[in-house]
Amino acid sequence: MKIIHCPVNGPRPLQEFHYGGEVRDEPDAGAVSDEQWADYVFSRSGEPGVKVEWWYHIASGTWFIAERDIVSDEFIRTYLYTDGPSATAGSNP
Amino acid sequence: MPLRLLRFGLNKTYKEPRMFRAPATLKDEYDVPATLKDEYDVVIIGGGGHGLAAAYYLAKHHNITNVAVLEQGYIGSGGTGRNTAIIRSNYLTPEGVRFYEKSVELYKGLSRELRFNLFYTERGHYTLAHSDAALRTARWRAEVNQHLGVNSEVVDPDFIKKHNPEIDITCGGHQPPVMGALYHPPGAIARHDAVAWAFARGADERGVEIHQQTAVNDIEIKDGAVTGVHTNRGFVKAKKVLSAVAGWTTAITQMVGLRTPLVIHPLQAFVSEPIKPWLDTIIVSGSLHIYISQSTRGELVSGAALDPYELINTRSTLDFAEGLSGHLIDLFPCLSGVKVMRQWAGLCDMTPDFSPIMGRTPVHGFYIDAGWGTYGFKATPVCGLTMAHTIARDEDHDLIRAFSLSRFERMTLVGEKGAASVGH
Repeated sequence: MKIIHCPVNGPRPLQEFHYGGEVRDEPDAGAVSDEQWADYVFSRSGEPGVKVEWWYHIASGTWFIAERDIVSDEFIRTYLYTDGPSATAGSNP
Repeated sequence: MPLRLLRFGLNKTYKEPRMFRAPATLKDEYDVPATLKDEYDVVIIGGGGHGLAAAYYLAKHHNITNVAVLEQGYIGSGGTGRNTAIIRSNYLTPEGVRFYEKSVELYKGLSRELRFNLFYTERGHYTLAHSDAALRTARWRAEVNQHLGVNSEVVDPDFIKKHNPEIDITCGGHQPPVMGALYHPPGAIARHDAVAWAFARGADERGVEIHQQTAVNDIEIKDGAVTGVHTNRGFVKAKKVLSAVAGWTTAITQMVGLRTPLVIHPLQAFVSEPIKPWLDTIIVSGSLHIYISQSTRGELVSGAALDPYELINTRSTLDFAEGLSGHLIDLFPCLSGVKVMRQWAGLCDMTPDFSPIMGRTPVHGFYIDAGWGTYGFKATPVCGLTMAHTIARDEDHDLIRAFSLSRFERMTLVGEKGAASVGH
């Protein structure tokens, strides 16, 4: 079974988590063109590589950030959004 | 036939001609094309059903034969050989219904046209509804389908039970009972590998080159137009390049600097051990996230919903086999003793509206046939037909205009999620 390291609850099985998509910055809707807005709404960085993503630990209601390689499915590190990448919770198997 | 078989058996060498001219790695054993030419009129990236069909129709309808299909593995090794081989046209939007209906029409004549038995068999396709909302979507699809001349209707549980006597309408009490279904009599299955092989042979006979084990590493662009592709076997010039690589599309679009809404998810499926012919229909349940049919070999072919997060990897999981088996037994308790023989995964390039992305792109000479998510196999012939037209005339075919990449910018999405086989 795949184990994910929750920054609050430690190693937990994949079934306890929900995927929240890649972390993206919302542009100022009033300041960008329609094209740029459509790009924000629809386009994604779907190419192979390491992605910074939102994940949710359902049991404890914790949203956190995971850096994950979407080809090998390796979680490189996980941390709370407020803590930032420096407060890495632990490497994952 | 038996005499031919006997001649084969007694022969020391393999007498039958190859399906198509051999790739470089086999050049000692078979003949051309051992090397890539310096230049092609059209390079097609991806030797799956879609790419091979596009090559076939380019040669057949547009007389463009200086074409190379570049495949990083072997033909049909991606989505074409990994899907559950269901063909239907009972979609939700008029754009979708028209498009898939054309595909079904082409499929019906394909074995004859390509002189290759694709084992195309009409089975009747049931999309079971376990809730009022699902029944409402079924009704909606039936109305749109009938309006466009597609044979589809909503049927009640008695009808379903009568034609599928082994089904447990109550789902053993473990799931909401079946309230009705969208019944689509022309729903069919075919042998998916054969579709790739037949199109490959058809294209090869007309002069198209098929190069297996040839990966595209980069695409050269000058002044906003494609000039060629870098492969593991050197640079090849081409002014027109088609990407027909499904789960690898995001890697290709990155080469041309194109942003798209595509994200890749694996979809898993399995087959059971072969058993006597027993299930002559195709059963889909959106609520239970399953679809099942019985192949001509007797194996039960079954698949589930997409894996729940983005992943460009064809790994299999025990969770999937466990979950799918449980739901299959809810619906068909008689299967509890049947063993799973093999499981696998395919890569699905998903769009937010569950419709494909097809046609021209902002990069001149770069054409895209992608976003094939969980519904690419059934569209194989029509994709080849329309993409060949689009490439030959540099103008999107009427049937695919609604599926253009620019629809996202224009906010004119084509919502087909309600017609995807299972709730994703």
